[in-house]
Amino acid sequence: MENKNYAIESNDLSIHYGTFTAVKGVSLKIERQKITAIIGPSGCGKSTLLRSFNRMNDFVPSCRVTGELMLQGQNLYGKDVDPVEVRRKIGMVFQKPNPFPKSIYENIAWGARINGFKGKMDELVEQSLRAAALWDEVKDKLHESAYALSGGQQQRLCIARTIAIQPEIILMDEPASALDPISTLRIEELMQELKKNYTILIVTHNMQQAARASDYTAMMMIDDERAGGVIEFADTKKIFTRPSDKRTEDYVTGRFG
Amino acid sequence: MIRKTFESDIQQVKDEVLALGSMVEHAIIASVDALKKRDIKAAERLIMEDKEINKKRFAIENQLMILIATQQPMAHDLRLLASTMEIISELERMGDYAKGIANINVRMGDEKLLKPLIDIPRMAQKGVDMLHRALTAFVSEDVEAAKALPVEDDEVDALYNQIYRELMIFIIEDPKNIERANWLLWVAHNLERFADRVTNICERTVFIATGEFGEIKSSDDEFWKNQKH
Repeated sequence: MENKNYAIESNDLSIHYGTFTAVKGVSLKIERQKITAIIGPSGCGKSTLLRSFNRMNDFVPSCRVTGELMLQGQNLYGKDVDPVEVRRKIGMVFQKPNPFPKSIYENIAWGARINGFKGKMDELVEQSLRAAALWDEVKDKLHESAYALSGGQQQRLCIARTIAIQPEIILMDEPASALDPISTLRIEELMQELKKNYTILIVTHNMQQAARASDYTAMMMIDDERAGGVIEFADTKKIFTRPSDKRTEDYVTGRFG
Repeated sequence: MIRKTFESDIQQVKDEVLALGSMVEHAIIASVDALKKRDIKAAERLIMEDKEINKKRFAIENQLMILIATQQPMAHDLRLLASTMEIISELERMGDYAKGIANINVRMGDEKLLKPLIDIPRMAQKGVDMLHRALTAFVSEDVEAAKALPVEDDEVDALYNQIYRELMIFIIEDPKNIERANWLLWVAHNLERFADRVTNICERTVFIATGEFGEIKSSDDEFWKNQKH
C-alpha cells in the first residue's frame, strides 16, 4: 500500500457536534484517480465524514474536527487554510441536483468566473459539458434555464459545474439517489470517465452501485457510543465477495441489524 | 434482520442439490449392477433416466439464476450460489458416467463378461460413499469434512490401477480378449473420473465457507506419475 499514489489522506480524523462524537478516528488513504465508495447503514456518519473532506461541516456552528486531513502535504484543517480554497480543490455533488436558477451556460461560467478564470469561457463551458456527457443534449439550448433540464441532466450539469473549476477531488453524496435507473447508470458511466482525471469519493446507500462503480470501499458502522467509524476498508471486489469483518458480511448480504 | 424468504430459498436449493445427488448415486450403482447382471433392459432404462438428471440440473440452474437476478447476493451468498452452479454441473457429468456404463452394457450385446465383477462394484460403492459425504459437507458447509475427503480418492485410484493390470494380463494372454477387456477398462475409467469429481465438489465447499480458492491435495498427480505403462 505504501507506494500508492494518494490524493488525500485522513489521519485519526474525528468529527464532534458539541460533546457528541459523530465520527471517530478515521484514517483513510484515498488513491488518486480511483473511485472510493463509503457505505454503511443510516446514521453511521458517512455523509458527515464526506462533508468533512471539503470542510462543509464548517457551516455547522457546534461542529469541531480533530485529527488531520492531508492534501498535497497540507493539513486542510490547519490554522492558515482558507475553507473556500479547500472547496475549490475539492468539489461536491449533492443528492438532489441543485443548479443555479440561471442558464445552462451561466451555471458553468459563474463558478469559473468568480474563481478568477481568465481563459475562453465558451471553450470551458463546452469542455466541461462534454466531460459531463451532457454537451450533445444541451448544445442548442445553452442559454435556456437549467431548470428546464431533466433530473438526470441537472445532476450532470452540477457535475459539469464542479469540474469546470478543475478540482483535485470530487465528492459525491448519493449523487444518483434522486434519479431513475437509466440516469443512475449514466452517472455511473460518467464516473468511470471522470476518474481518468479526477479522484472520486462517493457516499451511497445503494450497495449495488458501490459494487458496480467503485474501486475501493470503506464500510462504516457506529460503535457502542454511537460514534461512526470505518470498520473495513479494502478493494471493492474483496468487500463484496469475501469481506473480512463479520459486520461487513452481514451488511452487504442484507442481514444487518 | 434475517432475510427469511431468501434463507428459505437457499435451503430449498440445497435440498434440490441433495435430491440431484441421490439421483446420481442411484444411477451409478444401478448401472454397475445392471452390468454385473448383464441386464440390458435395465441399462436402457438408465440411459433414459439420465435425461431426468439433466432436467433436474437445468431446473436448479434456473432457480439459481432467478435468485442471483432478484436477490443481488453478495459475499457468502454470492459464493454459495455461484459455487452451487458449478456443483450441479459436476453432478450432471457424474450422471453421464452412469449413462456411459449403461451404454457399454448395451453395446456389449450378447458378449459375456470377461470376468466376474468384483473390484468394479467396489469402485462404484466407494465413489458413491464419497459423493454422499461430500454433499453432506456441502449442505452443512463443513470445511474439515470437505478437506478430508479427497485423500480417499487414493482408494479408488488403487482399485483402478489393480483392474488395469488385471485386464492387461487378460489381453497379453489372448488378443481375443482385447475387446471385452476394453469394455471393462472403460467402465473402470468412468468410475475413476466419477470419484475425481467428488474432489471438485469438496473444493467448492471450502470456497463457499472460507472464500479461499484452492486445490485440495490428493495423490492423484503422484498416481499418474507412477504409472509406467
